[in-house]
Amino acid sequence: MVGIVVVSHSERAAAGIREVAREMGGDARIEAVGGTEDGRIGTTPGPIREAIEAVADDGGVVVLVDLGSAVMNAELAIEETAVDAVVADAPVLEGALNATVAATAPSATVESVREAAEDAHDVSKV
Amino acid sequence: MDQETQSDAVQTAVEAIADRLSVEKQYLTELDSAIGDADHGANMDRGFRTALERVEETDGDPAELVKTAGVALVSEVGGASGPLYGGSLMKASQELEDGITAETTVAFAERYLETVEERGKASVGDKTMVDALTPAVHTYKKSIEVDDCEPIEALGRAVDAARRGVEFTTPIHAKKGRASYLGWRSVGHQDPGATSTLYLLEELLDVATEYVDGEVVIDAEADEVPEPDAEDVPADGGE
Repeated sequence: MVGIVVVSHSERAAAGIREVAREMGGDARIEAVGGTEDGRIGTTPGPIREAIEAVADDGGVVVLVDLGSAVMNAELAIEETAVDAVVADAPVLEGALNATVAATAPSATVESVREAAEDAHDVSKV
Repeated sequence: MDQETQSDAVQTAVEAIADRLSVEKQYLTELDSAIGDADHGANMDRGFRTALERVEETDGDPAELVKTAGVALVSEVGGASGPLYGGSLMKASQELEDGITAETTVAFAERYLETVEERGKASVGDKTMVDALTPAVHTYKKSIEVDDCEPIEALGRAVDAARRGVEFTTPIHAKKGRASYLGWRSVGHQDPGATSTLYLLEELLDVATEYVDGEVVIDAEADEVPEPDAEDVPADGGE
């Protein structure tokens, strides 16, 4: 199964997004990473890499990110791991929700899950 | 300059940068409070203090020491500056595997700039560290390769170019980084990342000047005194 990692500057935001996403795709393998290792707002690559490795099995991993440094640290984490992982260019909450649902499809691949996450760009809210 | 002296120069540079950032910590944070998340001074200070500790514990060639500093910054800084400063040092350190010469430092500078641009997806005019770094790297390369300057003179010109780059960040509108969320409200504020980049270059110039002029007697330990011909090495492009 394709794993999902949600990365936010805030640990609580990441956990909350995972909670919302899980409601729709209960069986998906999803990890939340937020804040720095010493509890500040921010991101560091080490915990992101650990989360990618924790949810990875044969299917690879799609990573959802919030602001700038989350993107850069997720990219660094991916470079440092052997897991087939990609960053989705998507709004973090809607993207995580789409990805979680897509990951539970039997035919899901990293590419199909990433595309589902990126489709969240086109969702109009009002 | 032998390898031991070069490694010592790298360690001295990391120490000089760490000291400078601890002095400038509050000022960088003030700049970052105006247009960012007010953590740049504290993050850089903590990052370089850790980098110094790790470099002091490492017994390696210059490339290994620069890489060690980069790894420390990536894990300790906790923001975009971690991958931008640390990740770029890690990549660029590969260019120093044959030691520190005019040629390898040009390659190092170019690789560092290239990595920052790729990672941050920023260009000149976006109001980021790229605005200080690009003119500095281009000036350094041109001064060495076209004008045949001594590396110290080239580095001096690069620092001047970076300083003008920092000044250029004030009147422009941020297009990358946290400041871009402020839109036009970012105009009139100097960019903190460009500013800390200038501090790094200024300290590099100071340390390089000390070593090349052969004035440095390291920690009063006789076995670490630079070789008598140390000042000639970077100028003639290598060993």
